[in-house]
Amino acid sequence: MTITLRDSWYMTVRHLRALWRQPAWIAVTLVQPIIWLLLYGALFKRVVQIPGFQSGSYIQFLVPGVIVMTAFFGAGWGGMPVIDDLNRGVIDRFLTTPVHRVALVSGRIVQGSIGVLAQSLIIVVLALITGAHFRNGVGGVAIMLFLAVLLAAATTAWSYGVALYVRKEETLIALMQFLLLPLTFLSGAFMQLSLVPGWIRHVADFNPLNWAVEGGRSAALEHTDWGFVASRTGFLLALLAVALWFAVRAFANYQRSI
Amino acid sequence: MIHAIEADGLVKTYPGDVRALDGLSFAVEEGTVFGLLGPNGAGKSTAVKILTTLSRADSGRATVAGFDVVREQARVRRSIGTVQQGSTVDREATGRENLRLQGQVYGLRGRELEGRASELLERFGLADAADRIARGYSGGMERRLVVAMALIHRPSVLFLDEPTTGLDPEVRADMWTEISRLANEQGLTILLTTHYLEEADNLASQLAIVDRGHVVAEGTPEGLKADLRGDAIHVELAQSDGADVGAALDSLTGIREITVDGRSLHARADDGARAVPVVLQALEAGGVRVASVSVARPSLDDVYLRHAGRTFDKAEAEAGEVKR
Repeated sequence: MTITLRDSWYMTVRHLRALWRQPAWIAVTLVQPIIWLLLYGALFKRVVQIPGFQSGSYIQFLVPGVIVMTAFFGAGWGGMPVIDDLNRGVIDRFLTTPVHRVALVSGRIVQGSIGVLAQSLIIVVLALITGAHFRNGVGGVAIMLFLAVLLAAATTAWSYGVALYVRKEETLIALMQFLLLPLTFLSGAFMQLSLVPGWIRHVADFNPLNWAVEGGRSAALEHTDWGFVASRTGFLLALLAVALWFAVRAFANYQRSI
Repeated sequence: MIHAIEADGLVKTYPGDVRALDGLSFAVEEGTVFGLLGPNGAGKSTAVKILTTLSRADSGRATVAGFDVVREQARVRRSIGTVQQGSTVDREATGRENLRLQGQVYGLRGRELEGRASELLERFGLADAADRIARGYSGGMERRLVVAMALIHRPSVLFLDEPTTGLDPEVRADMWTEISRLANEQGLTILLTTHYLEEADNLASQLAIVDRGHVVAEGTPEGLKADLRGDAIHVELAQSDGADVGAALDSLTGIREITVDGRSLHARADDGARAVPVVLQALEAGGVRVASVSVARPSLDDVYLRHAGRTFDKAEAEAGEVKR
């Protein structure tokens, strides 16, 4: 267990170092969520005037949406460098060493989570500047970020597993494009769910992205319901467990096929 | 006798009914350099993948360093170093960072790890490039780095899967020198796969020739060649006409192992120089026109031809055609 954790950290260092050497990538990654927040904030500004919309500020409403969307997208593409590692034989090399498969996956997860936290903190600060009010203080914000990280972790593990199955960048891109945007819009990220058609509301109940958005919003911003937050946290933890199991299965399948 | 590697009846089938291994068996004595020689697609890499716990056989069993490759995977992994085909270097990291991470996953730490990394960088001529990103390394440097990485935890069995494929001739010669040096290392067993006859001849003290997923001949390179007794006669025909050619030579005494492959005719005779005029005469009498003729001491190519029933080049060409 400790060895697996330690190996995860070594892998994390490897990934962070590779990213650190691409300053342009870091710049774009950090600026991207700001653009989303300001762009969507301006685009849908008048949404607050819809009768029944319960938040006074759309930017404030949008904060968990943009945080989770950013986390989800970043993690969704997490399988791309895995395919690169596969093609380069780097994964094959690690698979003949004592390193645990879970450490290979969790190295990517921890690296992704650090990115999610950096991006989210920028959003939170920006939201504070534009007048957002986090009613449950630091604790509420921390839970919101935790849910975003959980979603990102589960998504990274899925993306990793899918990469091991498909092994082709084109296929992974097609699959992720098919999933990422629809799941984002089938949630309360941009719109209060009581104001959307019933079927979207029902789909959203089963959408992990929505668990993170609404759980985070409830914890940090509006209408706090701790029971709701706890259940969404539980769902996301369960999802993460299943995703990790899937990734380990994907390794077994990969090794059988080579 | 202690065996560092034992493979017993390994079978592996890939989807689409591609039988990569078809009952592969061999044993490698401790402290030797063992060569698995065969054309592309013969199953050498599949064998290495199974022995290094990367893949799993459908049936058969194998031990490495005395441990079962399926039931004692963790122990096998600690005992082996693997140089897989291609580069496998993390190109976004420096040479030293690559070595460090490789050492870390084997539990090396701190000063021991740094010392070992520096020692290997020095030894493989990478000290000056140690802190440069591997993306800028040449093919030869990358390959040397991978070998250094495979050695970081002082394995007892080293697997080199096609270690010189894709390298320039002079870089290949350097690599051979490195491998020969490794061979002298106390107690290190090396399993080398190659489709270069010359490489197997130069580096391996024991050899197994693999064809279509199983071993067709085994022994020392010298022993295998000596078994052939006599010289190889190679006749290049002006046109291909298999049946007539065989018939023309069948009645000659002292000419053995006649095979015709397109326009190439191979045969064996105790004294090649003396047999040439007889062969040419017989061919002429049979109405076969000859383009050229040569006589050579037995080579591994001849060993392969004898045991696999086709020339090495032909097998390589066939493998190229069915390559997935």
